[in-house]
Amino acid sequence: MTLIKQYRFPITTIFAMVVIFLINKEIGIKAIKITGHSLKEMLLIVPPIFIFLGLLDVWVPKETMMKYMGEKSGVKGVVLSFLLGSVAAGPLYGAFPIAAVFMKKGVKFRNILIFIGAWSTTKIPMFLFELSALGAKFAITRLFIDIPGIIIISHVLCFLTNESGVKKIYENAELI
Amino acid sequence: MNSYVMYIVVTMLLIISYFKDKNKTRMVIKKAYKAFQNILPQFLGVIILVGILLSVFNAELISKIIGNESGWIGVIVSAIVGAITLIPGFVAFPTSAMLLNSGAGYMQIGAFVSALMMVGIVTAPVEIKYFGKRITIIRNFLSFLFCFIVAYIIGKVVGGI
Repeated sequence: MTLIKQYRFPITTIFAMVVIFLINKEIGIKAIKITGHSLKEMLLIVPPIFIFLGLLDVWVPKETMMKYMGEKSGVKGVVLSFLLGSVAAGPLYGAFPIAAVFMKKGVKFRNILIFIGAWSTTKIPMFLFELSALGAKFAITRLFIDIPGIIIISHVLCFLTNESGVKKIYENAELI
Repeated sequence: MNSYVMYIVVTMLLIISYFKDKNKTRMVIKKAYKAFQNILPQFLGVIILVGILLSVFNAELISKIIGNESGWIGVIVSAIVGAITLIPGFVAFPTSAMLLNSGAGYMQIGAFVSALMMVGIVTAPVEIKYFGKRITIIRNFLSFLFCFIVAYIIGKVVGGI
């Protein structure tokens, strides 16, 4: 029973897919194909992310992480969060489990939000791809707007979240 | 290509870890597995949802609604489409280039690419699991608004509007 409860989200989507398939076979087949493709992508990209997360959790002491990215890390912490998010590979959903380990290690909330922001838009491999597909002017302009944008968004988010809210999120990360 | 780099780096780290401390390495694998198992249902749900959405929103449909003369309405539509779809970058950029060639505007593509990367409606279930509903909603909402700033500046700089 708990397994069904745990898996109710994918079960619902599978059900939706079956309904679509019954209504329109063509779209249904396409949906299955795309899902298969993304599934392959996930199986390829996700394992190293989780092993990395395990390594980080076991080998890097909390004190070290706090020193470089914790409450008192200042500009150094911001730069490091940007770099860590930017060198990553994989879709955004891979960033959240790593963020949870960062929380366990006492990384400042603002820096975690910057890490998420960087992972979402300033990834170096993606930037190179954008450069070749959409041109230098487009990619560089976007990068220059995105960097301050990510910092501003993370500050606003911190401003809008009180201490107890942050504490609750950090406590939740301990359980994961 | 990039994922192979990740594999090489992680494998090397794992080997070093194994030689330094076998027990700790066992713990690394255990934690990795547990964290993966914990989020697997959300991952699967998101992936199936993306499959459904992408089968409905294809490139032709998108280019039809976000042409150059579609103006701010086109920008809004592009941002919404970008927000609800989740297309990997190696598909998204060539698709965007194709959309530009088939008449989409720079402003619209700027909004589309930004929303695609920063706003994740379908990945929200994963985000909520770690950050809670409130932060997830506000982060996505702020990022969505930010896409319009990006669109405006891209339109000015690249499109020369």
